Amino acid sequence: MTTTTLAVLVPLLPFLAAVAGLLLGRTAPGFVRPLAVLPALASLVLAVLVAADQGGGRAIDAATRLTPTGSVPIDLALHIDGFAALVAVLVAVVATCVQIYSTGYLRDDPRYPSYAALVSLFTSAMLLVVYSGDLMVLLVGWEVMGICSYFLVGHYWETPEARAASLKAFLVTKLGDVPFLIGLFALATDAGSFRITEILGAVASGNLHHPTLIALLLLAGVAGKSAQFPLHTWLPDAMAGPTPVSALIHAATMVAAGVYFTARLLPVFQASSAAMTVLAVMAAVTMAGSALAALAQDDIKRVLAYSTIGQLGYMTGALAVGDRGAAVFHLLSHGAFKALLFLAAGTVIHAAGTNSLAAMSRMGNLRDRVPDAYWTMTVALLALAAIPPFSGFFSKESVLGAAEHTATGHTAHAPGAAGWIVLVAGLLTAVLTAAYATRLWLLAFRGRGADAPSHGRQPLTMNTVLWVLAVPSLAFGGLAYRVLPDWFGGGSLAPALTTSVLGTGLALAGGIVTYGAWRHTTALTARTPMGAVAAHHEADAGLVEAEAIASHRPAYGDIAYAPDPADPGRLLLGPLHRHAAAGFHLDAVYAALLVRPVLAAADLVRFLDREVVETYVRAAGGVPRLLGAAVRRAQTGNVQTYVSALLAGTVVLTVAVVLVATGA
Amino acid sequence: MHLVYPAVLSALLFCTGLYGVLARRNAILVLMSVELMLNAVNLNLVAFDVWLSKAAVETLHSGQALTLFTIAIAAAEIGIGLAIVLAVHRDRGTSDIDRLRAAAEGPDDDPDDSDAPGHDSGAAATARGAAQADEKAEATA
Amino acid sequence: MNLAAQTHGFLSPTGVEIAFLLVGLATFGAALVTVTTKQLVHAALWLVVTLGGLAVEYLLLTAEFIAWVQVLIYVGSVVVLLLFGLMLTKAPIGRSPDADSPNRWAALAVAVAAAAALVWVVADAFRTTWIDLDGAAAGTTRVTGESLFQNWVLPFEALSVLLLAALVGAIVLSRKAKADADATTDTATPPAAATRPPAPGATRTQAPGTTRPPAPGGAQTPAPGSPQAPAPGGDRSAEEGAR
Repeated sequence: MTTTTLAVLVPLLPFLAAVAGLLLGRTAPGFVRPLAVLPALASLVLAVLVAADQGGGRAIDAATRLTPTGSVPIDLALHIDGFAALVAVLVAVVATCVQIYSTGYLRDDPRYPSYAALVSLFTSAMLLVVYSGDLMVLLVGWEVMGICSYFLVGHYWETPEARAASLKAFLVTKLGDVPFLIGLFALATDAGSFRITEILGAVASGNLHHPTLIALLLLAGVAGKSAQFPLHTWLPDAMAGPTPVSALIHAATMVAAGVYFTARLLPVFQASSAAMTVLAVMAAVTMAGSALAALAQDDIKRVLAYSTIGQLGYMTGALAVGDRGAAVFHLLSHGAFKALLFLAAGTVIHAAGTNSLAAMSRMGNLRDRVPDAYWTMTVALLALAAIPPFSGFFSKESVLGAAEHTATGHTAHAPGAAGWIVLVAGLLTAVLTAAYATRLWLLAFRGRGADAPSHGRQPLTMNTVLWVLAVPSLAFGGLAYRVLPDWFGGGSLAPALTTSVLGTGLALAGGIVTYGAWRHTTALTARTPMGAVAAHHEADAGLVEAEAIASHRPAYGDIAYAPDPADPGRLLLGPLHRHAAAGFHLDAVYAALLVRPVLAAADLVRFLDREVVETYVRAAGGVPRLLGAAVRRAQTGNVQTYVSALLAGTVVLTVAVVLVATGA
Repeated sequence: MHLVYPAVLSALLFCTGLYGVLARRNAILVLMSVELMLNAVNLNLVAFDVWLSKAAVETLHSGQALTLFTIAIAAAEIGIGLAIVLAVHRDRGTSDIDRLRAAAEGPDDDPDDSDAPGHDSGAAATARGAAQADEKAEATA
Repeated sequence: MNLAAQTHGFLSPTGVEIAFLLVGLATFGAALVTVTTKQLVHAALWLVVTLGGLAVEYLLLTAEFIAWVQVLIYVGSVVVLLLFGLMLTKAPIGRSPDADSPNRWAALAVAVAAAAALVWVVADAFRTTWIDLDGAAAGTTRVTGESLFQNWVLPFEALSVLLLAALVGAIVLSRKAKADADATTDTATPPAAATRPPAPGATRTQAPGTTRPPAPGGAQTPAPGSPQAPAPGGDRSAEEGAR
């Protein structure tokens, strides 16, 4: 088989698995689990083979045109360069892990067949986005991911949170997708093709006439999909879905798609320095704000969600300074440790019976109850905080290094201001990242109080997956930073001394300060008892999590916030805590700026329809009705009356005819 | 003889019959009025036939033949008409033409304003039924 | 024609004209009473006067055969049928104040307007036309019979089919009522018996009497065919009502 055939099979296998799963889910439940796991595993193997074949060499391009489609042709095209090959491997790895983990996590869920099929479809769509060499085909995968995320986030549709979150995720990403689509059309019109290679060629030859407009339109779609400020608000709420779905969305698919797309078309963005500056500001605001918000969240998954937004901010920051190698490097390492973090968090939630950090901090032995999750999550948090030698350190240093490189004016293809913005924000975020990682670890695993209720070991599948993912979290960065530049064809990704010392020092400082604050506040834990756990401890992890999400608001008054005085984040953030917990009230702003005007406009339209338009309609019906009533009065049924009128008319007509005939 | 005399008499008789058709309530009286109108036409036919048979060369006596036909048809008509009137009288208990209003659109088959008029017609129907019942009671008594 | 019109003025009427005028006035008056009287049976009787007056007018117009047919069929059978109809529908004897419907004024207006229009048109068109009544009579039985059976045979036969249809129709219409014959005969019989005790007997005797006379006399005329059609129908219904 040629590499092209292998590459075609990579997205095709999960797609067929999804179709088969949806068809057979009810009739043959025994096939559902193999159908979910095996195609993902197979496409992982194929993706690895494709990556080995490609080997960082020349990009593999293959295209077939099914039919002419008008002015700008649409091809079924593959474009596999180093980025595509490696990101596909990441996607396949995470998808396989998630599928395996889900067999344990949702083992008793009645809707598991459709869930597994949708995850397969989701994976297939992401692989299509990764491999596609044609922007229209890419868009197909892009939108399929949107609809899959809608279904998967709303998996627990019995809870109002999940319903609201799925709708929000769909609408917010669509809000970005509309300008994205227009941008694609504008780009294709300028370049004369939807093929990525030809577009890049057009950019290189300076044939792009509206680079700023196109770049900004595309950025809206990227911001929606990759959860960048100001379209990031769907991501924390998307935590209402099952944890494996969160891992899939956050680590490998969906949010990665935006960054990956930007990395692929980076020359288009680089054609406009304004777009690069906007990208930098967007990245800076996203990473700093999300890190602050993460420090105040009570739901463990929401902490991780905000951390995802922050790490994506790093990636877009790297793109803003024109270094896509660093961006994709961080995407890969982040994909590994963030998938690990989510899957471990799912295990912890299952063990604790709650998703609230405040409740976990009052459980004495959670660490002993889930030792695998404890150790792997420690590794992943260290990677997140960018402590050497974990993989996060290398990828983040490459981003900071690139920013510093740009800021000091060593590169020509990105504005220096963007470099400074990204560098300062990145360093600030490094402190905050370490702080919330430390807080998460301390609150979850160093709690004091009564023992958590016991319900045996976690399923083997779930623990195995955690250790499998712990390996790249630990070692990927250190092993890869020398190899990757060959694949990406960019500059060195090795950590620079200045930024390494600065970043690591700031991270350590953040961790230590948080530890100090925790020491200060932890005495309060015992004095303020609080916390609620799920009712069904013996149920599978999915049900426990659904109950935990549903009970968070009744128990603590808010989905993201708990009035816990023992929270070190409260001490560190001071008066900012309340606002950070609410995501800096961005949802309220949106409600005031967009939702309420739309509702008011809808009310107005309803009023116009009911009161104004329908008045005309009623009148249009009422006038003939009145006329009919008047005419009906003449229809007495008395035949003599009718004949009288008939004959009177005849007489009149006859007289008229006679008069006319005689010329009178 | 002037043709005007029979012609005017015929016109007057016709209009008298017309008045009777329009003004009489009893269906049999209406039939009588119809006979009047037919006879007015007959008079016209005969008068013109007599005039033309003398004035023109060959008329085939069409006026008189037509008069005979009209008389025959009138006789058939009166037989059928009386049979209809009797059937109606048996069915409805009346032969008053202005009380046979089944041709009118009843207010009750209009769903929108079925409140007041519907009750009225219902009351009328029941009254009619009661009248019939009374008649039958009287008859049997 | 013009010559004739000049010679025959309206102010110097001939004897025939005077007779026609007087009989015509009587006929018209009888017709008016027919359509206005409040007594229903009287209306039928006044109708006899009207039709008889018309028969006289036919005679004055020298159409003697038509005149006799008029007397036989109209006065003899049709009016009798109408009288039976009145009886069978329990028409009240004596004055009935509601003999005219409320729209009589509209009817009057229509009738007067129609009369005015017709008289105006007719008088305007034929005021000088003169009928020459001298010479051979235009409507003797011989003349009428010849024209009818020489020139009008086919319509005559077609008419017999029509009469057959009417006969069948009258039977069917009368039969239909048989379904609820019990109730109807109960309601119909007593008033008829009360008002006119000899009615059943009269029905038997009179109905054949109406149909029979023309039969032998008019072997070659259409008369026997025509009245036979209504007679059985009316006869039947009358008998049924009497039962």
